[in-house]
Amino acid sequence: MKLSTITKQSRQGRKPKINWGRVEESERFAETVKLFRQGKLDSDLFRRFRLQHGAYGTRMTDDYAMVRIKLPAGEVYPHQLEKIATLSEQYSIGSAHVSTRQNMQLHWVILEDVSEILRSLAEVGLTSREACGNAVRNVMCSPVAGVCPAEEFDVTPYAVATAKFFLRNPLNQSLPRKFKFNFTCCEKHGMARMVDIGLIPQIKTINGQPRRGFKIFMGGGLGNRSFVGHQLEDWTPEEDLLYTSIATIRIFDRLGDRKHMERNRMRYLVNEMGWEQFQTLILKERAIVRMTQSAIVKLSVDETPQKLESHIRISGFDDKSIPDGFSRWRKGNTFAQKQSGYYSVSITLEAGDITANQLRALADISKEFSAEGYARTGFVQDVYLRFVSEDDLPRLYSKLLEVGLANPGSLTMVHPIGCSGTTSCNLALTNSHRLAKEIQRKFIELKLDEDEDLRESSIKISGCPNSCGQHQIATLGFFGGGGRVDKDMYPVYQMSVGGRSDGETMLGVTVMRIPAKRVIPATLKLIEVFKNNKKPGEDFKNWIHKVITGHADSQVKSVNDIKQILLPFTETPSIEQDKDFYADYGSDSSYHTRTGKGECAA
Amino acid sequence: MRSLSKTTTDADSLRGQIRDNSVRIIDVRRAEDYKKDHIPKSVNLPLAELLADDSPEKVLKIAQNLGIDDQTQVVVYDDTFGALASRVAWTLQYLGHSEVSLLDMTYSQWKGLGLETDNSETEISSKTHSIKLQPQIMSSAEYLEQVKEQKNVIVIDNRERLNFLEQHIPGAINIPYRTLASDDKILKPKEEMKRLLKNRNIPQDAEIITYCGSVGTLSGLAYYALKSADFPNVKLYVRSFKEWKGLNKPIVRQENANYWDLSAE
Repeated sequence: MKLSTITKQSRQGRKPKINWGRVEESERFAETVKLFRQGKLDSDLFRRFRLQHGAYGTRMTDDYAMVRIKLPAGEVYPHQLEKIATLSEQYSIGSAHVSTRQNMQLHWVILEDVSEILRSLAEVGLTSREACGNAVRNVMCSPVAGVCPAEEFDVTPYAVATAKFFLRNPLNQSLPRKFKFNFTCCEKHGMARMVDIGLIPQIKTINGQPRRGFKIFMGGGLGNRSFVGHQLEDWTPEEDLLYTSIATIRIFDRLGDRKHMERNRMRYLVNEMGWEQFQTLILKERAIVRMTQSAIVKLSVDETPQKLESHIRISGFDDKSIPDGFSRWRKGNTFAQKQSGYYSVSITLEAGDITANQLRALADISKEFSAEGYARTGFVQDVYLRFVSEDDLPRLYSKLLEVGLANPGSLTMVHPIGCSGTTSCNLALTNSHRLAKEIQRKFIELKLDEDEDLRESSIKISGCPNSCGQHQIATLGFFGGGGRVDKDMYPVYQMSVGGRSDGETMLGVTVMRIPAKRVIPATLKLIEVFKNNKKPGEDFKNWIHKVITGHADSQVKSVNDIKQILLPFTETPSIEQDKDFYADYGSDSSYHTRTGKGECAA
Repeated sequence: MRSLSKTTTDADSLRGQIRDNSVRIIDVRRAEDYKKDHIPKSVNLPLAELLADDSPEKVLKIAQNLGIDDQTQVVVYDDTFGALASRVAWTLQYLGHSEVSLLDMTYSQWKGLGLETDNSETEISSKTHSIKLQPQIMSSAEYLEQVKEQKNVIVIDNRERLNFLEQHIPGAINIPYRTLASDDKILKPKEEMKRLLKNRNIPQDAEIITYCGSVGTLSGLAYYALKSADFPNVKLYVRSFKEWKGLNKPIVRQENANYWDLSAE
């Protein structure tokens, strides 16, 4: 077979339809920073302003900020990637970070430079507005919406329209707390039950006519206390999407707790009030919204069909030149789209980090290989390229390989999530970020990405009991803390098992505390035990599920059994015996916990 | 105090000067690169050659051998975003040669625009130059240490952010060299540079000392960026952080954060 590709697209690349940016906001930001530095602006007020504009605080210092670039539905265009690359070199650490909510973050930015970043973002149609603070945060959308074989219709236009409606909307400028939307494509690929409002597309036939609508879930979310969302009603027609969203935000705005920041996300309101009462309130409020909104208030859902660039093949690429590792990569990083002949490719980044040069390469690659001409950030600190022609996959792989973006196993358990941890976060107790990288490197080395039994499982790590790393919905979840032997402290992770975010969403069950430096061997031990106990055809995720739900039919029958098996990993050597045990990943010196004030609830 | 007539020269002006033979162009790339092709009538002074011995006596000799006298208009270029050219230009300026500026783009950009190149060597007849050292644009470690606490003195570190976080001279602020350029020029437009510095609260009348990792190239570029933004009182700590560390002078770091692990490198 002769494989040949090279696309002839304009070098400019496709441009986005929506400009999310406003240059004037950068000027206001610069002026406000001045007033704050001169002591003319109260620091609480300033913090709210800063967060509203997408600049978050940084670990142990007031000098630096993190700028969170909002990418509604994860869509990011080639020239925007190039701009982010340049900004990362100019104002940040030379790399950017892809978050679990489809944002791209620039860390360790000098507060006085934030306005320059806002200005540059606006120039390419991007914004960080309402990326932090008590507002509607980045509206998420499954990175495979539109290409997912299991979806009923593409929700992307609805996600984008929702983002557009709420951005800078007075309705959401001062909510009791942040508010998150998540549009998903199907039961498997989403997290509809783990956010304030989660949506799954559903077509219903009414009087013989197929009509678009959603399954809407509310009141879910991860955090110090996590809750699984409730389904509002059997089916919500698409014309009610906006009314339902407005009604929910109005109820939350009115009744949400403005005093107790640590427990005022909407899920707490739902929990305290009880779902049925909350549900009734929402449905009543929606009826009022529907009656009182003027006719012009509606979502502007862009229904223009997607334009795909046709590829003109001009150069040969034969079997011999396919680099090693292609089939491994193809198996663990790509899948066939519902559009025949096209593939979607997931690019795994180590804990979401991507260098300026890789961002530039990604810009070129999306121009060259994606027929839709742009990239999308995913839910697990990864990036998707979609509409890649099947014949182009080997050449794409070789390009990704050149720039270090071809790690295998993106869609498998070897691709863990790690929040930023002690690399930049004020609240972090451990270096969860580095642990995720260590796990990925080790598991790739062990070729665990090729193990079908592990494919559907996940590992997610947070550096503190909050849930930026989403540990509660992982097959193996970890959150960081400190352990102590006499006066010596060591980093430790609380392990949970069996969490999931699909149609059978449930929170992981707590197992035990495992010292940081024992997380990898303990995980490998658990996999080994699974291998010895599994029934034919049973995978790790299902095996764990059976164990924690009391349906186990192997020797390991309960979480307690898992605990017994892992107990040896909790033994603590003295600091003289094993100095490394007392140091966190990425550090040579003895571990001690140290945290500053969080701003999630500011 | 003498000030530069201008910081940078644009391509059109330079081409005019080439035509009427009123300029000495210095190409600071490596000799083999220069031999392949270069801007017509330019002469080659690889930065390494200058750095081997940049004492005023040696620099004087080099300048004279390159056919530079006190009145010669000099334009310097490189292919390293202007940093190497800056170091050479600054050295001439320190010697007392005021008529020196940077080509406002790199050699790649020049070529990218399809402008003239040549591969013949330029004949040089040596000239006589005087020495009038300009200590007001130079900082030593001792000087820096002595003045850095003063209210009107601002020390700027031009290395990348991660290097700065890891260690820097106490009290220094960080403006990474990549911040100085625009997409197609070695220096940002003047107004943008001014805005950046204004946001940072750097007063126009401050005494500024720039430094970088080892030989004053990145900070040399910053020297010219500041000049271009009308900051009159700028000094280059030419031996930079390498010397500072070698002298065991005080160093500070950003504590309690594993920022390196956030980098994808």
